[in-house]
Amino acid sequence: MTAVELSEPTHPAVSRPTTGARAARVLQRQGALVILVIVVVSAKFGFDRFATTRNVTSIAEQASFLGFVALGMTFVILSGGIDLSVGSVFALGGVLAAWGSQHGTWLAVLLPIVVCSAIGLAQGLIIARGGLPPFIVTLAGLLFARGTVLAITDEGSTTYKVPTGSAFRDFAQGELLGVGYAVWIVVALFAVGGVVLHRTSYGSTVLAIGGQEDAAALMGLPVVRTKVVTYAMSGLLAGVGGMMIASYTSSGVTILGVGTELEVIAAVVLGGTLLTGGSGTVLGTVVGVLLLQVIKNVINQVGSLDSSWQAVVSGSILLAVVTVQRYLARIERQ
Amino acid sequence: MADAGPARVPTLEAIDEKFGPPEPTDQPSGYFRRMVDADWLRRNGVYATLALLIGVNVVITDNFVSSNTLRLQLVQVAPVLIVALGMALVIGTEGIDLSVGATIALAAAIIPLYIGYGAPGAIGLALFAGVVTGSVAGLLVAGIGVQPIVATLGIMVAGRGVANLLGGEIKSIRDPAIVSLGTDSVAGVPYVVVIAGAVSLVVWGVVRHSTYGRQLVAIGGNKRAAELAGLPVKRVLATTYVVSGVLAALAGVLLAARSRASDPTKIGLLMELAAITAVVVGGTPLSGGQVRIVGTIAGALLIQLIGATLIAHDIPDSTAQMVQAVIVVAAVYVQLGVRRANR
Repeated sequence: MTAVELSEPTHPAVSRPTTGARAARVLQRQGALVILVIVVVSAKFGFDRFATTRNVTSIAEQASFLGFVALGMTFVILSGGIDLSVGSVFALGGVLAAWGSQHGTWLAVLLPIVVCSAIGLAQGLIIARGGLPPFIVTLAGLLFARGTVLAITDEGSTTYKVPTGSAFRDFAQGELLGVGYAVWIVVALFAVGGVVLHRTSYGSTVLAIGGQEDAAALMGLPVVRTKVVTYAMSGLLAGVGGMMIASYTSSGVTILGVGTELEVIAAVVLGGTLLTGGSGTVLGTVVGVLLLQVIKNVINQVGSLDSSWQAVVSGSILLAVVTVQRYLARIERQ
Repeated sequence: MADAGPARVPTLEAIDEKFGPPEPTDQPSGYFRRMVDADWLRRNGVYATLALLIGVNVVITDNFVSSNTLRLQLVQVAPVLIVALGMALVIGTEGIDLSVGATIALAAAIIPLYIGYGAPGAIGLALFAGVVTGSVAGLLVAGIGVQPIVATLGIMVAGRGVANLLGGEIKSIRDPAIVSLGTDSVAGVPYVVVIAGAVSLVVWGVVRHSTYGRQLVAIGGNKRAAELAGLPVKRVLATTYVVSGVLAALAGVLLAARSRASDPTKIGLLMELAAITAVVVGGTPLSGGQVRIVGTIAGALLIQLIGATLIAHDIPDSTAQMVQAVIVVAAVYVQLGVRRANR
C-alpha cells in the first residue's frame, strides 16, 4: 500500500503537487522536528534551568545512549523488519563491558562488540535465510539475551563494577569541549549512517527491500546479505550503546534496557520513518530520540509532576504524530 | 500490493503461456504423504509437544500427578490464556496488540481505587478501562489506518503511565468478594480457572460459528478483498481490539484478585510477549487469516508447563529464558517449513 502512496507524487508525468500537498509532505516528514522546536522554545521560557549549558549537555549525553540503539533500529525498520531484542542486547553489552573491564580495557570493548554482533548476526541469518518473521525471531532474541545477562551475573545478583582508574571509564566520562565522548561518537556514527543510507548501494538496497522485498529480490539485489548485515549492525550498535552506558555509570546494571526496544521504535517512528519500511531518514531518528529525551527532561524540571507523566506524554505524542502522519499522507495523495 | 494498477495484471492465459500449465494436483504419493505429514506436524505439533512434556513430567517430576499441581498450573496460566485469546483474534486480523500489559495494569490499579462502590462496581469500572484502551486502538487502527503495532505501542507506553498515576504505589486489596474471586473454588475448580475456561469456550464458539468470526478471518486473509466484498471491515477490526482490551482488563482483575494487591509498575509486564508467544506456538500465523483457539490454549499451557518444569528441577531463570527462546523459534520454523511444503 505504502509503496504506491509514495511513488505517485514523485512520478514526473503526474501534474505538479499543489502547495497544500507539498506542505503536507514536509510536515509529515518533519512533524517531530516542529514539535521538538515548540517544546524546546516553550521550555526555554518556562524553566530557568532548561537552557543552561549543563542541562543541555546532560540531555545530549542521556540521548546518546539511546541514539546508538536507535541508529541500528532505523536501518532494520527501513528494511521492513523490526528488532525487539535491542533492549536485552543493550543490557548484555553493558554487563559484558563491565565484566571485561576487570580484566583489561581492550576486553571491555571487544567483548560486547563481538558477542552482541554475533547475536544480531544469528538473528539476521534466521530471518533472512530461514524466512522467519523478524518479530518472532527478535522476540526470542530478547529472551535469549536477557537469559544470557542473568546467566553471567549469577541470576542478576552480581553487578560488575568498572575498576577505579580503568581507562575504560574515560570512554563515556571523558569530555571534549565540555561534551562527553559518547555524544561525539554518536554524532559521528549518525553522520556515517546518513552517508551509508543515501550514498551507498547497501543503503539503497535496504530501502528497496523495505519498499518491496520480492521486487528487490527479482532485481537481483543481495537481499539475504543485506538483511543479515542490517540485523548484525543493530545488535552491534545496541551492544556499543550498552558498553557506553557501562562506562558512564562504571557498572554493568543488569536490569537496564527493559522496554528500551519499544522506546527506540517510538523514537524512530516519531522521526518519520514508516514502520512498513522503505521510507525514512537517519536525521529523523535523531529528532525522535532528542524529542523523547527533552520531554523526559522537561517533566523532571517540573518538580511537582510524577515521573509517570513522561510515559503518558511520550505515548500521547507518538499517537498524535502517527495520526497526523496518516492524515497528511491522505492530503498529499489528493 | 493489491492495488498495483489493474491494467498491468496479466491474464491467467498469459501466465499459462509464459510459465506452462499448472502442475497436475495428483502427484506421486510419496511427495503427497510428506505433505500430509508436515501438515499434521503443523496442526498437531503443539499438542504432541504438550503431551510429550506431560509424559516426561509424570516420569521425572516428583508429585507432578496431583490435583494440587494441576490446580496451581491452571491458576497460573489462566490470566495469560485470557489475554492470549484476545490476542489470537487480533493476530487473526493481521494485527497485533502490544497494549494488553498496560490495560492489565490499568484494570488492576482501578480495583483498589474504586472498591468503595462495591466489588461489582469496581470490576465493572476495571473492565470499562479495557473498553477504553481497546476503543482507542480500534479507532486508530480501523478509523485512521495507523499500523496496529505503532498504535498499540503508543497506548502501551501512555497506558502504563496513566496506571502509575492512578495507582501510585502498591495497594493491597482486602475486599472479601474480590479476594474470594482470586482464591476460592467451585467444586474444587478455582474461580479463575472456571472463568478462563468459560472465556475460551465463548471465543472458540465465536470464531467457529459466528458471522463476526468468519468476517474477522476474511479480513485477516485479505483486507482489500474483504472490503470489496462489502464486509464491515472497520467495525469488525474495531470490535476485535475492544474484545482484546476487555479480555486483558479481565486478566488484570484476576491477577489483582489473586495477588490481593495491585502494583501498576509491575503487574502485566511483558504479558504482551507471553500472549503473542502462546498464540504463535499454538499455530496461528502472524500473517493473519487464521485463528486457532484450541491451539492457543495448548500453546499457553505448553509455555506454562515448560516454565514449571524448569522451576521444579531448580533450573535457573536464565536457562529457562534461553530454552523458551529456542522453543519459540523452533515452533515457528516448523510451521513455516510446512507452509512452504504445501505451496
